[in-house]
Amino acid sequence: MKGSFEIIDHTADVGIIAYGADAKKLFSNAALALFSLITEPETIEGRLRFDLEVSAPDRESLLVEWLNELIYLFDAEHVLLSRFDIEALTLTDLRAACYGERFDQVKHKLKTGVKAATYHMLKLDKDGDEYRAQVIFDV
Amino acid sequence: MAQWQRQLVKIDDYRWQIPQTYKTGMRVPGLIYASQEMLESMRDEQTPDQVANVAFLPGIVGCSLAMPDIHWGYGFPIGGVAAMDTGEGVVSPGGVGYDINCGVRLLRTNLSEGEVRPRIRELVDALFRDVPSGLGSEGKIKVSQKEMDQLMVGGANWAVKRGFGLDDDLDVTEEGGCLAGANPDRISDRARKRGMPQAGTLGSGNHFLEVQVVKEVFDRHSAGIMGITGPGQVLVLIHTGSRGFGHEVCTDYLRTMEGAVTRYGIKLPDRQLACAPVESPEGQAYLEAMACAANYAWANRQCIAHWVRKSFSQVLGRSADELGMRQIYDVAHNIAKLEEHKVDGRRLKVCVHRKGATRAFPPGHKDIPRRYADIGQPVLVPGDMGRCSFVAVGTQRAMDESFGSTCHGAGRLLSRGAAKRSINGREVIRELEQRGITVRAESIPSLAEEASRAYKDVSAVIDVVHEAGISRKVAMATPLGVVKG
Repeated sequence: MKGSFEIIDHTADVGIIAYGADAKKLFSNAALALFSLITEPETIEGRLRFDLEVSAPDRESLLVEWLNELIYLFDAEHVLLSRFDIEALTLTDLRAACYGERFDQVKHKLKTGVKAATYHMLKLDKDGDEYRAQVIFDV
Repeated sequence: MAQWQRQLVKIDDYRWQIPQTYKTGMRVPGLIYASQEMLESMRDEQTPDQVANVAFLPGIVGCSLAMPDIHWGYGFPIGGVAAMDTGEGVVSPGGVGYDINCGVRLLRTNLSEGEVRPRIRELVDALFRDVPSGLGSEGKIKVSQKEMDQLMVGGANWAVKRGFGLDDDLDVTEEGGCLAGANPDRISDRARKRGMPQAGTLGSGNHFLEVQVVKEVFDRHSAGIMGITGPGQVLVLIHTGSRGFGHEVCTDYLRTMEGAVTRYGIKLPDRQLACAPVESPEGQAYLEAMACAANYAWANRQCIAHWVRKSFSQVLGRSADELGMRQIYDVAHNIAKLEEHKVDGRRLKVCVHRKGATRAFPPGHKDIPRRYADIGQPVLVPGDMGRCSFVAVGTQRAMDESFGSTCHGAGRLLSRGAAKRSINGREVIRELEQRGITVRAESIPSLAEEASRAYKDVSAVIDVVHEAGISRKVAMATPLGVVKG
């Protein structure tokens, strides 16, 4: 079993490869990878709960939508998240309870301004028992 | 990544063709502007393949073009230009990019290096204080819902009406700082929520403010008309775009286009090229939303230019007018425009996608400021923060060959990750200070991502477009002080 995610390089931008024993774990690890690009996830306390629902025409798009939803929360409302309980997941719909807090200049060090999850080189597949997804972000 | 090995057809020392036969489905050939040396790094990155992919898009005319600063993007390469027949062609949000109307504004001054160098620390500190920058930065201006609508429609015009800058600035801004057709009804609540707090902010990443000194003038006549007097003169460059607002607009419409691709039966080699016919409801909606984001970016640069003038005026104790702080020009680097061009001998209405490319209209063109009618439209090409930037002008050859377009900057060489691993932010500051460049940055580690070594040399890029004749070099300036987000 590999780790929960890896960060990969892309000349103009940056990407992630997330792993998961099931699709729910994959989606939650991809979210964690995203926030590890933005800041140090260990510094985020799960003080606030955000209930999110996302839909898309297929599972790959759903992953992009899910990550874009989280980027929106960060960029528009300055919310940092570190725990993602995926409560329901189908090929086209996701419901999650996410925990985190608002950005605090003293407590959190911002690393990268991730601005969008892209469809570029987007991959989501199953290798044996393990799910694997690759997403490139615009930063 | 494997190197792109296929044969390019040499047209001359600066032009290379990707034949239409390279991939089945290409509707036109690809054309790359580059020197022999540049081709190697392009091959390493597989960029020619992306240039070829763009040639699949319905209605593309001429060639799928690549400027010498091209690098690998998502879907469309960065540094790409593609024109589609508006009658049968498509518009693609990926051909504009996420940071809609990311662009550059250049101000002149009456100041000399001798006057500014002793005060540069104070100036850079004042700019850092007066222009909100950095990740998560919020603007000094509070924009209500209603004002946001006015801003989206009015662009730089809105900002001037609110007291930020001068009417004269609008005369020397592409499209007068206000792209027609903007329709706020096409903007999602999410885009508004991201955009409203960020209006009037510089942002982070590769965005910056730079106090520069003119080092070399190549064309004294054109420089003179722009108010560039000669070596030693101080200029100020502003580089930013539409912030989270543009990103949300792009994200929203990529989603719309995903559906459109299926609906209109468009076959694409890469999902990120998603598009819709220009004349379709989806295509029109995107163009109306994109105009809102383009106008947001022009309003943004307009507000920032105003604060730059205030900072200078405060530190130097003279009014911006006395300091001669007139705007030379403001250009978009990421935009789609409906323009008329000559294709195969006939006039054609086309939708020109410029993604990391600059409009470069020739002397006498109706869409350039009257004061520049004799010299052509100013083209502003920033380099990385350690090297230099160029001012050029558009040419008739650009009009005939590249849909009135040219390069936009240096182009990345190292990924952000590779730059961070091999370069240290503090070292970058030290190196720059040793060379007489003062830097203030919100984030020290992210400075490494923008170090000179992470970029190609902009001088080589400008030489290619100059030699190829799609623009003409006018002046070169180097940085004295830099403010980064």
